[in-house]
Order: sequence, then structure tokens, then C-alpha cells
Amino acid sequence: MNRDSNLFLRLHVDIALVSSVFIVCTIGLILLYSASNGSSEVVFRQLVRMMIGLTAMLSIAQVSPRALLRLSPFIYLVGLILLIAVHFFGDTSGGAARWLDLGIVRFQPAEVMKIAVPLMLAAIIANRPLPPSKRNILLCSLILVIPVFLIYQQPDLGTSLLVGFSGIIVLFLGGVSWRAIRYVSLFSLCAAPLAWISIHSYQRERIRTLFNPENDPLGAGYHIIQSKIAIGSGGLYGKGWLNGTQSHLEFLPERATDFIFAVYCEEFGLVGVLMLMAAYLLVISRGIHVARNAQDTFERLLSASLIITFVTYIIVNVMMVVGLMPVVGVPLPLISYGGTSMVTMMASLGMVMSIHTHRKFYSRD
Amino acid sequence: MEIKNKDSERSIFFFRLNVITALLVAVLVCIVFRVFYLQILNHEHFITRAQENRLKIQPIVPTRGLIYSSDGVLLAGNKPSFSLLVIPEKVNDMEASILRLSRLMQLDTGGVQETLGGLKERTSFRSVILKNQLTEQEVAVFSVNRFRFPGFFIDSSLVRYYPMGSDMAHIVGYVGKMNSRDLSGLDNSNYRGTRFIGKIGVESMQEEVLHGKAGYQKVEVNAEGRVLRVVERKDPTAGSNVHLAVNSMMQRQAFQLLEGFSGAVVMLELESGSLLASASNPSFDPNLFVDGISSSAYKQLINSPGKPLFNRVLQGQYPPGSVVKPLIAIGALESAVETTGSHVYCPGFYRLNDEGRRYHCWSEKGHGKVDLNNAIARSCDVYFYQLAKNIGIDGLKESLLSFGLGSQTGVDLPGEKSGLVPSREWKKSALGKSWYPGETLISGIGQGFMLATPIQLAQAAAILARKGLVTPPRYLDYHQSTDGLKEEFPRQPAGSPRLQLRDAIHWDVVRDAMIDVIHSDFGTARSARLADGIKFAGKTGTAQVSKVNRGSIKQKPMVLRDHALFIGFAPAYKPEIAVAVLVENGGSGSSTAAPIAQKMMDTFFYNEKKVDDITYESR
Repeated sequence: MNRDSNLFLRLHVDIALVSSVFIVCTIGLILLYSASNGSSEVVFRQLVRMMIGLTAMLSIAQVSPRALLRLSPFIYLVGLILLIAVHFFGDTSGGAARWLDLGIVRFQPAEVMKIAVPLMLAAIIANRPLPPSKRNILLCSLILVIPVFLIYQQPDLGTSLLVGFSGIIVLFLGGVSWRAIRYVSLFSLCAAPLAWISIHSYQRERIRTLFNPENDPLGAGYHIIQSKIAIGSGGLYGKGWLNGTQSHLEFLPERATDFIFAVYCEEFGLVGVLMLMAAYLLVISRGIHVARNAQDTFERLLSASLIITFVTYIIVNVMMVVGLMPVVGVPLPLISYGGTSMVTMMASLGMVMSIHTHRKFYSRD
Repeated sequence: MEIKNKDSERSIFFFRLNVITALLVAVLVCIVFRVFYLQILNHEHFITRAQENRLKIQPIVPTRGLIYSSDGVLLAGNKPSFSLLVIPEKVNDMEASILRLSRLMQLDTGGVQETLGGLKERTSFRSVILKNQLTEQEVAVFSVNRFRFPGFFIDSSLVRYYPMGSDMAHIVGYVGKMNSRDLSGLDNSNYRGTRFIGKIGVESMQEEVLHGKAGYQKVEVNAEGRVLRVVERKDPTAGSNVHLAVNSMMQRQAFQLLEGFSGAVVMLELESGSLLASASNPSFDPNLFVDGISSSAYKQLINSPGKPLFNRVLQGQYPPGSVVKPLIAIGALESAVETTGSHVYCPGFYRLNDEGRRYHCWSEKGHGKVDLNNAIARSCDVYFYQLAKNIGIDGLKESLLSFGLGSQTGVDLPGEKSGLVPSREWKKSALGKSWYPGETLISGIGQGFMLATPIQLAQAAAILARKGLVTPPRYLDYHQSTDGLKEEFPRQPAGSPRLQLRDAIHWDVVRDAMIDVIHSDFGTARSARLADGIKFAGKTGTAQVSKVNRGSIKQKPMVLRDHALFIGFAPAYKPEIAVAVLVENGGSGSSTAAPIAQKMMDTFFYNEKKVDDITYESR
């Protein structure tokens, strides 16, 4: 290891992770300029958010994993209180109360839970011998179910499922017995019809639309039809930057946020898609590398669950845009226009970075 | 506190992490395949769909062809109609602007607010019509104040109008707003965007010639439908102009002469068959129909006793009365039942047998001893009773049919009625009764069941004038496309091109008798002599409407008075034009119909002379 990397290590900066994040963010800004019809104002605002996110990432990287472990119940409780607060004081937009206005910033407490839940669970599980005991699993389930239910109540099905998923990942990696996993899967299979009844009608509509979007081309199917047209018309090389007709003529809805991947596909084609995947894989592989080289169970569980959640976000967003999943409203990490998601993602990568840069070098890898 | 087994924890963790990684890789591969499926395998399909999204085709309506009279007067034109429109998104304070506007022009502010209130936010870039048919003053006032009303503008579109109004209504017809029924049988793609379509008359019959070929423009639109730019444009081809055979001056004159009467005047140019005048009074203003006639105005037209919508020239069927006498005379001469020299004594009535009922001559005192010439000139009924009896109903029918009565003339406007020439067979099938000899007698003077339209009578006069040569009358002359290409309208083939007589001298015999109607000192239309000594051959007719024939016409209520008729041609020895006049309840042919025919002729020859003089001088 040379002196430079030693310097970065002392600053708790993982050069590989930061530079791969930087590549994805750059692609995101270039794409956003096109998706916002050439609005430099939008790009600038996003740039500011990226800076805030980057600052958050680098700051969190300074906090040692030990400190994170100690802080975890506190972070979880703050997140829970905010979630309850949003239930009572939240701003309603589009029929769902998700936003909390704190005067200076307006953000979605559900996003905080994306970090708080894996952090809390990893802290609990890692404290005891693994695989976790039944009592422990029940405790974890309780800690998991409360925020998931609150987020679902907002209603925000997509985020609640993802938060739930991030918690399950921690339990899975922690070594919950296969038998327990089988029981849970069987139970959820039986509960599926119940869930179908209990979800909102517009959510049911979205799921139905997925299977037959042409049924309702101007209503629920509009998003997915226009998105597929955008992607398909891109072809191998795409129509070129700023030349996507589907996005620039405004046929594609939510093109700067949830459906920005369709804009990318239209303008850069299959070749571009593979390049974006490669950029993401840089971030992901670095994250998995961190998890594999983490030095204790807590660090392993936390870094692995955070990076898997990150991948899950990408997969859910892309599958939704290409028409393999119902439209659930999940942004594309580091690229979609929007502040809270950007900062949360950066913060979780900050934790990953902290885990990697706080290793004690009793053994070189 | 249990003891943690770090090695086992590690190995479980790594195994499970590998499981998840494998799963995620599998999902990523699925996604790549999906994108490959959309972008490569179905690329063509989606690129087409993207184009369909992006490009819209807008029709461009062609300018409708104009209609002109033979003397070059515009009969149907297009005039700009101005509308006030607004683009809501360009107006800052809509209410204040509307208020200021209402000070400048009559504006239904309540209705306007309602229209604007019902608009959707996302289409606020589309213009909305606030007021149609602005007056010239309103256009001027708005134009001066335009700078005060950003977002408001005036748009002009072409609307059909008929400068000659009611004079040409029955011939030219009118256009009206198109409905789905109008479209059947037409090329739909050519009518996309067209608002007006010919409903009756030449406007309807020559719809395809007048309409032209629609153009289009391919525009790029966004998801809201806002037009961003024109990608491709094909200009429309304006409709061809239609030139009629009708002369506007003669038509105007005919209407002037019919002023105060219900009736029809038909004037035919013999050589070409051109209908120089074809007037049916009362008429209506076709301009009322263009923008949709109000139901009250329409009711008024329908219920008017003069039946203004009814074109008497083609559709009015009247007992022709004595005007058929020259035709019957030809038939009688031809069948050798009658010769020019034979005489009949007219005591003022005729009886089939000694005890039978009397068939009266119009002259109570009788005409005394009359020959054929006399019988036509003085219009002796008794002579023609005798003649009818001699040739019989079958002979009568044949001679009248050969002059085109009882069948359509084949004129180039639809809706023509065929009149009626009665016969034994007709009566049997229509009324289920057998023919009576008395009915033959009254058929001989054009009464009874017999019916003819004014255009049939004009054509019969034309056949007499041209000694059997039949030329179907026509309203249409030619049409001319915008690039100057002229094309004659196809002539209707005559039913029988020529009426051949056994002895052509019979034409002259009857013609001379018709000259005597006007020019002898015993003719029924002595007052109808033409200016400049032009010889006029004609025949008056007075068709009974009610059974009661006796007594002064003044004592009869108007609707029971006789119809007045006249047919004729001039100059008698070298005929150029034929005329037929019918005045409903006009009293007598000699007093009402003949003077109208005379004035029509005078006008024609006066104008012709004037034109000749001008050509002479210019030489």
C-alpha cells in the first residue's frame, strides 16, 4: 500500500467506491439534463443534492462501526418517531402522506428507515451467537414489522416492501434456519390472497396492468406502454443524447424521476444500458468486497445488507421500467431526480465505506 | 452469555451471501434479456409506435370552387368570416380582459366565462372560439386595440355566400354543415376537416367538382397534442369553378316579372339547350342555410303558402291548357285526321251527341267557322274538341309524348317531375276506371288529367321552334380547374334526337298559326308583340283550376282563379330562343302570361343587339 492510499485511509475514504459512485452520478447528471428537457436549473439542484449526499457519505465514513453500533437504537427510534409524526403532520402529495416538512428541509422519513432498520437488526443479531435464537428472531420481526406497517399505511407499498426486504436480508445472512425460512415462505404464500384484498385498489390496478397494459392504454397502462415504446425505440445504439422523442415530447411520464431509465434506454440504446450496468457493478462489487473483508459479524451483516438493498433498488426500478414488475414508485439509485433518496443512498454507502476504512490491519488482504 | 462461534458465523454468512449474489446475478441477466427483447427483437415495432406518437396528420381543407352565371356573375362565392379566439395560457387576467373586450363589442360574457371555465388546464394552449361572425366594425375595433389583448386574436375562415340570393336559390342550391349522412358514397379521407357540403342544387350535384382535393400536413406533436413543428406539407387543390348556362340578367328579369305572382318562367336557348332563365317565384335566400338555419326560420319557409322551397320549373305539375294545342295540331296533321283546309263551326259549345252535355268553348258566343290556323290563333276549344274526338285519346297521347310531355326532359338537375299524359291504360291502372269519350275531348284542350311542368312546356316550344330537333335543356355549361383546364359538362343524350314528320310543311303551318296568335289582329296575344319588329310565335293557355269557369275572374277567390300559361319562340322564322311562362292563378294566358313572355323576349333581344353593336363597333 502506498502513501496516497494511506492518506485516503486515514481520511476514511475508499477511493474505489467513491470513484465508482462518481461515475454513476456523472451519468445521472448528463441523463437528467436530457430528461428535464435541457433544464440546467434541475441539473444544478440535483448537483447540490449530490454534494449534500457526498458530504453525508464522507462524514458517516468518519464514524467508526463501533459508534454506529452504539448509535443504532437511537437512529431507529428517531426514524420511528418521524414516521409516526408523518402519520399526523405529513404533507400529502398524490393522496399519500410521505413528506415531513422541517422548515429548512422537506424529506421522507421512510427513507431514513432504509438505513435504520438494517442497522438496528444487524446490531441486535450480531450481539448474540448466531444463528439467532427464536426469541431473537421474534424481537427482530417486531422491530421490522412496526416501521414496515407504518410506511405501508402512508401508503407507500414499494418502500415498505423494500424496508421489509432489507431487514429480511439481515436475518437471512445472520443464519436464520432454513426451516424457519420455509415456514415464513409458506406463510406468506398463504397470506398472498389476503394481501391482494387488503392493498389499495390503485395498487391492484397497477399489478393487473403489468400483465395487460394495452387493456387501459390511457389510464393505468399509459406509463408502462410509453416506457416500453421509449426503450424499444432506442434500439442497439439509441437515438442519441437529447434526441429521445418519447421523453422530449413528453409522452413518457415521470421521466426525470422513476422512469429515467427509460429515457436512458431510448437515448443510449442497449450498448448504453450495458455500460450503465457496468458502472453500477463497480459500486456493487466494491460493496460486496467490503462485506467479504469485514472484520466482525456486525460489520459483515450491515455492509452486506446495505449493498444488497442498494442492488435491490436498482433491480426493482429497472424491472418496473422495463415492464417486469408493477409500477411501485422506486427511484433509480444515484440517478433519479430527488433529494431524500440520493442522500439516503450516499449515507448507506458511507457506512459501507466506514466499515472498510476502519479495519484494523492485523492482517493484510 | 453464550459463546459466539466466529468461524461458523463466517461460513454461514459467506454461503448465504453467495446464494444472494447468485440470485441477484440471475435477475440481472433476466433484465438484460428483457432489454434485449425490447430494444433488439422488437425494435421495429416500438420505433413505429414512437413515430405514431410523435407525428399527427392534419387535413387542410381545399377552397371550394366558385359558381358563375353564363354572363360571368358570381353566384356562389367564399367570403372570409371572422372569429374572435383566445389562447387561455397566454392571458394573464382572463376576467379583466373579457370585461375590457365586452366594452368594445357585443360579447355574451356569461357564456364566455362558462366556456373558459370548462376548459382543462393541460390544454390551455389550444385556442378557444369566443365569438363567431364578427362584423367588419368589430374586426376593425379589435385590430386597433389588439395590443391591449395579448392572447386574443382574430381568425378568418371561408364561408359560402350567394350574392344573387333568392334569384338562383333553386338552381345553385346551398351548402350546409356536413353530417355523417352526407359522407356516404364520398371519399372520407378527402372530407376530413371539411365543414360544409352541398345539400341541394348544383352545390350538391357537382359536390365532387366543387370540393377539390384536401391537402394535409404532418406535424410533430407532444403528449399534450401541442403542435411543435410541421414536418411535411401537401397543399390542397382548390375545387373547380362551375360555370352555369343561366344568364343572371335574364334570371333577374324573370323574377322581376313574376313579382307578386306564384309562377315560373323558363327561357331556353335553342341551339345549345341552355336555360338562360329558370325562375320559380317565390324563392328563398340560400344564405340562411349555410350556417344552419334556425328552426323558426325554417318553419316559416315550410309553412309559407307560396311554397318558396318548391322549384316550380322542375317540380310544379300543372294542367297545360291551350298551350298544347299546337302540339295536338301537329299530331292531327301528321295522322291525316286533319288537313289545313277543313273547317269546324264553333257555336260556343260542343256536344258529343245531340242530347249530350255541352263542352263549352272559352268564348261564350262562339268563334263561328274556324280552320286550323284560326283555331290556334283564337284558341278555339270547339275545334280542338272535334280534333280530339277524331284522333282519339291514343293519337293524342302519342303526339304529346313525342313533344316530351309525360317524361322527364333529362335536364341536368335532379328532382324533375315527369308530368302526366293520360291514356286508357293509365286510367285503368291508376284509377281503376275505364276511359270516357268526354275525357278525350277535354284532353284536346290540355285539361282533365293532363299535367306538365314548365320545363316540359319550354322544351315542347323548343321542339316546335327547331322543327323537331330535340336538345335537352341544361343548367350546367363547363367547369374550370384552378390551373385553367376547362371541361364541358357531359350533355344528356336526348330521348329521341329528332321528331320526324311525314310532311315537314306541317311545322310551318303550325308556326304560322302561332305567329298569328301574336301578330294577326284576331290572335289571343296581340299585345305581346316584340320590339324592333321581331316576329314572335306563341300560344296562350288558361288552365282551369276550379270547375266553375263562368263569371268574372275578379269574383273568384285567388286560389280558384285559372292558371295563366304561355309558350313561344322568336324570331319566328329563325328561332333563337323559346320561352314558357306559368302564372299560378294568374287569370288568363293572354293577359298575364303573354306579357311576361314578351318582356323576357324583348330583354333578350335588346341585350343581344347591344352586344352585337358593341362587337360591331369594336371591329
